[in-house]
Amino acid sequence: MEIGLAHYLTVAACLFTLGMFGIFLNRKNVIIILMSVELMLLAVNINLVAFSHFHADLIGQVFALFVLTVAAAESAIGLAIIVVYFRNRGSIAVEDINMMKG
Amino acid sequence: MPVELTSYTAALPEIILAAGAMVLLMLGAFGAEADERADRVGWLGILVLFVTGVALLSQTGTERAFNDAFISDPFARFVKLLVLVGSGAAIVLSFDDMRRAHANRYETPVLILLSTVGMMMMISANDLIALYLGLELQSLALYVLAAIRRDDVRSSEAGMKYFVLGALSSGMLLYGASLLYGYTGTTTFAGIATAAAAPGAATNLGLIAGLVFLLVGLAFKISAVPFHMWTPDVYEGAPTPITAFFAAAPKLAALALLARVLSEPFGGMEVQWQKIVIFLAIASMLLGAFAAIGQTNIKRLMAYSSIGHVGFALVGLAAGSEEGIQSLLIYLAIYLVMTLGSFACILAMRRESGPVEEISELSGLAETDLPMAFTLAMLLFSLAGVPPLAGFFAKFYVFAAAVKAELYGLAIIGVLSSVVGAFYYLRIVKVMFFDDAKPAFTTTAPYVRVVMIGAGLFVLLYAIYPSPLIDAAAAAAKSFSF
Repeated sequence: MEIGLAHYLTVAACLFTLGMFGIFLNRKNVIIILMSVELMLLAVNINLVAFSHFHADLIGQVFALFVLTVAAAESAIGLAIIVVYFRNRGSIAVEDINMMKG
Repeated sequence: MPVELTSYTAALPEIILAAGAMVLLMLGAFGAEADERADRVGWLGILVLFVTGVALLSQTGTERAFNDAFISDPFARFVKLLVLVGSGAAIVLSFDDMRRAHANRYETPVLILLSTVGMMMMISANDLIALYLGLELQSLALYVLAAIRRDDVRSSEAGMKYFVLGALSSGMLLYGASLLYGYTGTTTFAGIATAAAAPGAATNLGLIAGLVFLLVGLAFKISAVPFHMWTPDVYEGAPTPITAFFAAAPKLAALALLARVLSEPFGGMEVQWQKIVIFLAIASMLLGAFAAIGQTNIKRLMAYSSIGHVGFALVGLAAGSEEGIQSLLIYLAIYLVMTLGSFACILAMRRESGPVEEISELSGLAETDLPMAFTLAMLLFSLAGVPPLAGFFAKFYVFAAAVKAELYGLAIIGVLSSVVGAFYYLRIVKVMFFDDAKPAFTTTAPYVRVVMIGAGLFVLLYAIYPSPLIDAAAAAAKSFSF
């Protein structure tokens, strides 16, 4: 069996869904949310690179490189906010993020 | 590939703003005492915004740059000018508040400038990559701004919530973008437009799934229901001047981006997206009207109010016509002024012990400070849509566009929900004018007053001379082909 575009797309869709569920179902730790976000972005990258190869068009890989860069910046900012939050609250458990209702 | 310098002129305002922000960061990092540095960087930031505005106004026609990934047309310039006004006002409002909270940091204006660059990129995006990069540049700066008061637990919680949900929405938007790239083979809006207009596009699952993911991501950014859950918490927790900024500038930019994405690349799939936009509009208007009734915190109330207003603005977009875009632009301009004015009033709510945010604190304001009570009452009447104030005309134009597009049900629901919404605005007016007086607020900084009075005069006098705004919006709406 040859591995084709559909297989890559399926893997990416699975990873993306896992990432999304990781954000919603996780009740423990904010760091896990950060990992889930990263998982979603990497799923998108698999999509982009697979499509790029399929179309024999480089733009998709350029897009993937941009996404990698932004993902790095995003996790840096996420970690910084988590550090600030921990200093104020002494905890980064998801269930403790409840100062405001909603 | 040789690149000529002239090909960058379309992006000159953005280049000026980005370079200016970088220079200000350096200025802020070195030199005098912290408060003084923050003030200096803030005022210079306003100067940079002004210069950017001048560069923007000197452009004419439709200019493109970066291989057509960036477009500067009248529509983009109209919204960019509004965004610049919003950012400038946010910097002005932040001086006094931040100093009194002992959180006067030069990073605030710099981050506002950087997120403004992102917003301008979004408004001018003509390619999926440019769209994503602009959106992220904006969002990353906004996450930090929400958490800028590092010693305040509510501010850092607001930053955390905004970050998590913002990152989720960016992920969805990006997944949509990757699907669109896969099914059209291109990231340019022009290429996607060709693919979306081709026969069979309407039943192409990949294209539709991509469009839906993209819409969900953008609906998060404009906080349309059902993707609004972060808004009340972030608005309540973030420092008030930053909340004013959130309510004003990024919403405008994201709505403009939504308008461009739906009208240009997906103009051929109007039947598909119109249903989604109508649903978002109705849900936002109704939730904005009903959920705000029980609020006691005025910043939370403004959050629900802004959700409702996004619903009204989406009515204009749902019409999917040139009138619709024109009415959307007029709505955005008037909404911007009303929001900035209301937040200037909220910033003026301050006692010796610090800022107060409960609506009950406004009670009897008419006795202690009649000008402020009158201005806030005018702004609230305008937000409710009472004629002859500006807010009435804003709503009138979007509903007229919806009726013209034969969306009668949408227009009727809109009118009804604005009637319900009037209740909670009028309740504040009643509290200010008819309840027992509480001690007066401490005196506010003069520039907060200037923003307040300026916004009040605008909503009061708009009806006398509305033509400049209407004409500018009409010219801007011609940028799209329908």
